[in-house]
Amino acid sequence: MSQAAVMHPSAEPAESPLTPESWGKLGMWLFIAGDAMSFGTLIVCYGTFRGLSSSWPVPSAVLGINLTALMTFLLICSSVTMVQSLSAVQRGDVKGFTRFMGLTILSGAAFLGLQAYEWTHLINHTLPEAGFSFSTHLFAATFFVLTGFHGMHVTGGVIYNICVFFAVRRGTYGAGEVEISGLYWHFVDLVWILIFTFIYLL
Amino acid sequence: MSQAHTGPNYMAVFWWLLALTILEVAVIYLNIPKMMIAILLVGMAITKAALVAMYFMHLKYERKTLTWIALSPFVLCVFLILMLIPGLS
Repeated sequence: MSQAAVMHPSAEPAESPLTPESWGKLGMWLFIAGDAMSFGTLIVCYGTFRGLSSSWPVPSAVLGINLTALMTFLLICSSVTMVQSLSAVQRGDVKGFTRFMGLTILSGAAFLGLQAYEWTHLINHTLPEAGFSFSTHLFAATFFVLTGFHGMHVTGGVIYNICVFFAVRRGTYGAGEVEISGLYWHFVDLVWILIFTFIYLL
Repeated sequence: MSQAHTGPNYMAVFWWLLALTILEVAVIYLNIPKMMIAILLVGMAITKAALVAMYFMHLKYERKTLTWIALSPFVLCVFLILMLIPGLS
C-alpha cells in the first residue's frame, strides 16, 4: 500500500503528455490560452482599422505616455511581489506572504485608480479636443474596448488575489493555489506589456 | 536554504523588464525611420512578454505541453493577420 503511494507520482506523468502535476494549473493555462485569443483578436482588429484609416492619430501624441509608463512599471512590480509571495508561501512564511500579496493587491488597485484617472481625462478633455471622441472616430472605440477589456481583467485579478490572500491566511489554500492565481496575474501583466507597445507606443 | 530550488532569479528578470520598458519609451523619440522604430518596439515587447512567460509563469521549467498551449493563440493571430492583409491594400 505504502509502496503504491510512493510509486504513484512518478508513474503518473508517463501516461499522457497532458497529465500534469496539477490539473488546476493545466486548467488555468487553457483558460489563459482562450483569453489570449480574445486579446489577440482585439489587437489585430485595432491594427486593421488603423491600417484602413487615413486619419488615425499618432497615439503617443494623443495619449499620455508618461502616466502609462508608470502604470506599466506598477504592473511589473506587482508581478515581482506576486512571485515573492509564492516563494514565501512555499517556505511556509505566512507573514512574508501577507506582505507581498498585500503589495500585489495594492499595486493592482493603484493601476486601476490610474486607469480611471486616465480615462476620465481622455473622455472629458484630450480626445474631444483632438477630434477623436467616442462618437466621431473609431480610434476611441477600439482604444476603450481594448483597455477596458484589460481593466476588467485587472479588476477580476485584484478580487481573485484578495480571495487567495484570505484563504491562505485561513490555511485553506497553499502554494499550489497561489501559483495558479499567480499565472493569471502574470498573464494580465503580459497583456498590458503588449497593449502598452501596440496601442500607446507604436 | 539547502533545498536550493534552482528557481529563476526574479530580481534579474525585473531589472531586464524595467530596462526594456525605459528603452521602449526612449526609442519613440529617436530620429530614425518609422519602420525601424516599429521593428525595435515589437522586438522588445515580444522579449518582455517571453521573459514574463518563461520566468514568472515558470514555462521554462514546465512540461513542453504547457508551452504549446501558451503558443496556440499566436497561431490564431497569424492566421487572422494573413486573412486581413488583402483587405488593407
